[in-house]
Amino acid sequence: MLSYILKRLALTIPVAFGVSIVCFMLVHIAPGDPLTSVLPPDASAQLQSEMRKLYGFDRPLPVQYGLWVMKTLQGDLGVSIATGRPVASELGKALGNTLMLAVLATMIGFLFGCLFGFVAGYFRDSWIDRLASFVSIIGVSVPHYWLGMVLVIIFSVQLNWLPATGAGPGGSADWAWDWVHVRHLILPAMTMSVIPMGIIARTVRALVAEILSQEFVSGLRAKGLLDFGVFRHVVKNAAPTALAVMGLQLGYLLGGSILIETVFSWPGTGFLLGQAIFQRDLPLLQGTILVLAMFFVALNLIVDIVQSMLDPRVQRA
Amino acid sequence: MHFNVRQIITAGLLAGSMLVAPAMAQEKVLRIGMTAADIPRTHGQPDQGFEGNRFTGIPMYDALTAWDLSSADKASVVIPGLATEWAADANDKTKWIFKLRPGVKFHDGSALTADAIVWNVEKVLKKEAAHFDPSQVGVTVSRMPTLRTARKIDDLTVELTTSEPDSFLPINLTNLFIASPAHWNAKLAAVPASVTDPVERAKQAWVAFAAEPSGTGPFKGVRLQPRERFEMVANKTYWDPKRTPKIDRVVLLPLSDANARTAALLSGQVDWVEAPAPDAMPRIRSGGFTIYSNPQPHVWPWQFSFAEGSPWLDKRVRHAANLCVNREELKTLLGGMMGVPKGSVSPDHPWWGNPTFDIKYDLANAKKLMTEAGHSAAKPLKVKVLTSASGSGQMQPVTMNEYLQQALKECFFDVELDVIEWNAVFTNWREGAKDPKARGANAINVTFATMDPFFAMVRFVSTKTFPPVSNNWGFFGNDEFDGLIAKARSTFDGKERDAALANLHKRIVEEAPFLWVAHDVGPRAMSAKVKGVVQPKSWFIDIAPMSID
Repeated sequence: MLSYILKRLALTIPVAFGVSIVCFMLVHIAPGDPLTSVLPPDASAQLQSEMRKLYGFDRPLPVQYGLWVMKTLQGDLGVSIATGRPVASELGKALGNTLMLAVLATMIGFLFGCLFGFVAGYFRDSWIDRLASFVSIIGVSVPHYWLGMVLVIIFSVQLNWLPATGAGPGGSADWAWDWVHVRHLILPAMTMSVIPMGIIARTVRALVAEILSQEFVSGLRAKGLLDFGVFRHVVKNAAPTALAVMGLQLGYLLGGSILIETVFSWPGTGFLLGQAIFQRDLPLLQGTILVLAMFFVALNLIVDIVQSMLDPRVQRA
Repeated sequence: MHFNVRQIITAGLLAGSMLVAPAMAQEKVLRIGMTAADIPRTHGQPDQGFEGNRFTGIPMYDALTAWDLSSADKASVVIPGLATEWAADANDKTKWIFKLRPGVKFHDGSALTADAIVWNVEKVLKKEAAHFDPSQVGVTVSRMPTLRTARKIDDLTVELTTSEPDSFLPINLTNLFIASPAHWNAKLAAVPASVTDPVERAKQAWVAFAAEPSGTGPFKGVRLQPRERFEMVANKTYWDPKRTPKIDRVVLLPLSDANARTAALLSGQVDWVEAPAPDAMPRIRSGGFTIYSNPQPHVWPWQFSFAEGSPWLDKRVRHAANLCVNREELKTLLGGMMGVPKGSVSPDHPWWGNPTFDIKYDLANAKKLMTEAGHSAAKPLKVKVLTSASGSGQMQPVTMNEYLQQALKECFFDVELDVIEWNAVFTNWREGAKDPKARGANAINVTFATMDPFFAMVRFVSTKTFPPVSNNWGFFGNDEFDGLIAKARSTFDGKERDAALANLHKRIVEEAPFLWVAHDVGPRAMSAKVKGVVQPKSWFIDIAPMSID
């Protein structure tokens, strides 16, 4: 087991290196000026050149990359051009906010996804299956920013039950686990949960249907196990894959959703990333992408390890 | 124990007053949903364009000169701010003397003196200064390109110098907000001693200053939550009694999505939103909210190319295009949310100048001009316009450009729209029409502000501002225009300078290097609780005289 973990850890090093090159190059290849946020577009050519020098953007790209990697390895992600604040602190706060949202959305998605998936798989080809499949397909297909806006119109504008934007009446810095604050979390979490719900439901349905068609299930029934007993075996067999899918979905959601977080003005990583893109704030953009990518790599690693614990055949593969 | 009627009534009144008292003392809070995605910087030189100046500049800081935002009818002009008077030196026009307003104090209690003005000039111009801040240079220096130095004459007199005689300086100085040196020094002193690099210490002091700013404005910044909210409270000792705030607290919320802003307003989370979603206007009105709008110093144009081979070299073609657009119809298409232009500035502006060419809808004359120029329905004139699908100040570029495409077809134009990414359009605005990245376009659609003469006119018609120096994308200009600009720059009496600028504007309209299509009207929706709102003909609005029920 230890050697498996070490092998998987070693594999993350070239991945991390590749990620750092890709995210550095991508933001430099994209059109736009990195000084957009501190320099009006109508600034003179001379001023533009002076500012480029002041911020070090006049250096060759390999030199800029080298300096960035050196600093990053020391834990310094630099300073946002637009705000002058350290990228690490901006990212830390945003990650905390997205974590709350993503965990709640994943829980909702996993709960309802498994429910719909098991029901659909268990009652395959019945009207229950068709209904559950319809709901899960809607979950995967519906544009979630559109759903977010619809939920806002219904629950905020028309019914005035839940707030339309923000992370609490005093912002995320004053966050508390009370109703006044939690009500701000409900609409974005519900909106965010529909995609994992749909994906998990589709996966679980296929798994359950496949497991039920296997011979050992007939064996279990022949041994006289009741439906509940058979169901326990199905759950146990479906769990590793469902868990892996949930892990990946949590990874996706931890990256934040630019659209959902923008629609609800939720100060998470997606919101931060969106702003960094529009402001061409390179240090913030690079730092955010790198950390999110590494987060995803780490999450994959954890899922692989947990999966191998649940099903030792994974290790051998 | 026995109570008589009087005691019972007294007790009742006391209990009642205890219930009412908190309501009476309730803080009057105004919550504003901005279009910016982040809180504009709060250290005195805001980013996020003019929205930054509007919300974290003007409310918290004053400049030497200011915009008059008190009228919705008159053009907004420059008035005294922290300076009560100013004049260029009679013998050396590169030197200006500004007399400061006595008795003004910063929010931290320190006094405004000439030293503070010098310090604020040096924060962006003197690289050796301890408080020099590169992040403030771009947004400041670009707005006052000729300013070079500042020198104290006495406590209430300061001398500013420019690189060349420049009568536009007092207008440009509306963008230099005066921050408190004493407060910054206190923040610098609080930086841990372990930070030894002076540049890093200065950087940290500015970050701390931004979190707890100190200017001389009617509001004082008290709480910054980056990317979420910024709170300001009333400065009850503000120097101008007319602008002493009636609102206790202003909360700024960045809500970049138009639908999110509109929903926040309709659900009562904010009292005011900038630029509500256009298709939600009827719903907003029916909800009892008020939509304020007024033409802004803003132009939505096509800027023509005068490079060799351009179809716009023929003045008749340029005039025909300007006469061929039914702007009232376009206004209806945009739900009334645009101003109809007569030039780069409006006829009530001091720089108007009575041009002989009248920009209006005159289809017959437009067709006649095009026919004279050798074009017809069978032989249309091909033109190509570079534009974007979105962008700051661009209003609704696709809808508007498609309308123009249809409208100009009637006047024998065959318009090709080249819609590319906004930053690419903007970058090419500086590269010019002759650059390959213009993709063969002979007109470009980039909107601009007309607050000061350089940005409104000079940069588009001077031979000194050909790309890549500035935004004369189409290479328009000649000796006549250079002469008019030189005259305006070197005329130091305010009224005479405006007259010289009016001459320049008159000739620009007559030569028509643009197709003038619209002025933005800066729509903002507010709750009926917000009173005393004056939406001036400006990019800015003054929160100080407003009240809230």
